[in-house]
Amino acid sequence: MKEKFPTSWLLVLTIVWMSVAIYMDFLYAPEEETMGQVQRIFYVHVPCAWTALMGFIIIFCASILYLWKRSPAADELAHATGEVGFIFCSGVLITGPLWAKPAWGIWWTWSPRLTLTFLLWLLYVAYLMLRSYLVNPGRAANLCAVVGIIGFADVIIDYMAIRWWRTQHPQPVIMGGPNSGLDPRMLLTLLVSWGAFTCLFFLLLRMRLRLGRMRKELSEIRHVLAFKLSED
Amino acid sequence: MHPQDQITKPVLEVRNVTKFFGDLAALKEVSLAITRGESALLYGPNGAGKTTLLRMLASLARPSSGEILFDGRNIERDGTQAKAAIGFVSHATFLYGELTVRENLKFFGSLFGLSNLEKRIDTALDLFHMRSRSNVFARDLSRGLQQRTSLARAFLHEPDIVILDEPFTGLDSESVKNLESLMLRLPEQGKALLFSTHDFDQGAALARRLIVLRAGRVRYNGPLAGAPLDDLGIVRSAERVTDE
Amino acid sequence: MSSLKIIWNVFAKDLRVEWRNRETLASMCVFGLLIVFLFNFAFETAHEENLRLLPAILWVAIAFAGVLGFNRSFASERENACLEGMTLAPVDPSMIFVGKMLANLFFLGIAEVVMGFAAALWFNVSFLPALGELILIAFFGTLGYAALGTIFGAIAANTRMREVMLTVLQFPIAFWILMLSIDATGNAMRGDPNGDWLGGVARVAGISLVFLVASFLLFEYVLEE
Repeated sequence: MKEKFPTSWLLVLTIVWMSVAIYMDFLYAPEEETMGQVQRIFYVHVPCAWTALMGFIIIFCASILYLWKRSPAADELAHATGEVGFIFCSGVLITGPLWAKPAWGIWWTWSPRLTLTFLLWLLYVAYLMLRSYLVNPGRAANLCAVVGIIGFADVIIDYMAIRWWRTQHPQPVIMGGPNSGLDPRMLLTLLVSWGAFTCLFFLLLRMRLRLGRMRKELSEIRHVLAFKLSED
Repeated sequence: MHPQDQITKPVLEVRNVTKFFGDLAALKEVSLAITRGESALLYGPNGAGKTTLLRMLASLARPSSGEILFDGRNIERDGTQAKAAIGFVSHATFLYGELTVRENLKFFGSLFGLSNLEKRIDTALDLFHMRSRSNVFARDLSRGLQQRTSLARAFLHEPDIVILDEPFTGLDSESVKNLESLMLRLPEQGKALLFSTHDFDQGAALARRLIVLRAGRVRYNGPLAGAPLDDLGIVRSAERVTDE
Repeated sequence: MSSLKIIWNVFAKDLRVEWRNRETLASMCVFGLLIVFLFNFAFETAHEENLRLLPAILWVAIAFAGVLGFNRSFASERENACLEGMTLAPVDPSMIFVGKMLANLFFLGIAEVVMGFAAALWFNVSFLPALGELILIAFFGTLGYAALGTIFGAIAANTRMREVMLTVLQFPIAFWILMLSIDATGNAMRGDPNGDWLGGVARVAGISLVFLVASFLLFEYVLEE
């Protein structure tokens, strides 16, 4: 990824795409009849949710790759994705109430998307906590990979279970359910927005990976220095 | 196999092993080989990587790169035979405080799938004079007695290779003498012995070979007799240091 | 078969260690009882509402008592690095997992019986009409819960804030085991109005088995260094 697609290009792409998305979010997409302007949060809320989910899929794949090949790069990718994905996941949970309160008068509802995202958020928290609290950093890769895999199995179960649960305990569909009719311009805006957020995700991921690499180099330099000093 | 081959072919081989703990390299490109019938002293300052190396030989840790072979086979891929042939003692005693000495050994022995377990337990306990205390709870034992129990545990399955990480910790002088004579007998029995101790003179009396580790690298690996101690920074004391 | 022997030996060892102290089982039972008592006293509900609330109260109590037990299960291993000591032997780490999981399942099961008795008494309900179903649901729900608790207990044992770490891992991931168990339990206690009791058990069993298999396969990586 490093050699094939330079970061500067990714940065430019993100800026351009985001700009287009912002324009479309605010100006191109038509105003929604009942909710008014506040509905535009939808174009941030939904892409963040999909991006957060994509993040955990990446963690899952990286975890499997690590346990199979013992590649430190896979572990670094999982760690970086955990941090970046957490931000986007939090974004969903913040934009949710911001949208719901003005639009429907309630702060929160256990809609399928919010339920899934909240459970996903808890998984991100657990994953990042594990990384922070480990006493022996040598074990971090193994343990986090195990949690990444079990966590992803849980995400799949979450999705299926939530769908089943809603058949038992139906709720009025709000916050843009899967079948809510979307004006084609709205759909286009949503897709463009989604693309923009995905670009942003990969840009942040790339930057975070670089940061991780620099930390490692710094650590190595420190150790070499300490060793040299102790020799004298 | 020709008996001569049995003795000279290495039973444990470390090939270019490096071990990272996070960003810290505890072992750097370490290579060495242990053969049956030999006794080797692993010596080095604190933090040199001795414990890490011994733990890796006992399959408790995996190398970050490089490999460890038992009878030519990579122990990561198939460590069953290696584990069955190695007896390991370390700082941790691996004993359950709530179980008696005998129960601890019984549990451990059952994991090895040993036959005649009761008899083997008796033999192992006798080696370290722990038979009279076989029904004492491990939590009620002093550190020295726990160490002796741990030693009995390590010898329970009559291992071909004995790996001891500072085994004299906590032992009284009589137990020390007992363990020393046991260690001297091992090469004669065709077994391999690799151990570390902070007392160089004590270790030198028990080993034919010396491996010096410093900052994760092997600085010397050869016969103890004639080793360039001054270059290695090893000072022999005139008197033996007694245990507290 | 030697694998079964290993599992039995680890299981028996856990039981024997617990028998010497009897702290874990007692704590789990008391803790569970306290939770049931707290809710019973706070709500003081009529019978109909009991049937609605009781499944949730019971499973919450089971969830917390379980986490208490899982933590202690690994505390005894940590003292002298016994978990590591077991890996010195030529045993498949997954067998160690099954042995410890069965011990956790056993202790939690006993605690569940105690909590069940107390709940029946205080909430004035009888579990007898649906006893078979309830036992099935409790078994499968606890099985999956204990599988997760065992692997997460082993993971959390490597961290600075062990009890917290175990809880933070356990609850999000075991969430649906608990929810579906609550749902199935409630359904059974109401006399199964939808005729869906088998589906309820199957859902709980299905999720539990997924987590059981995943934990079984991944446990060896948790023990590795």
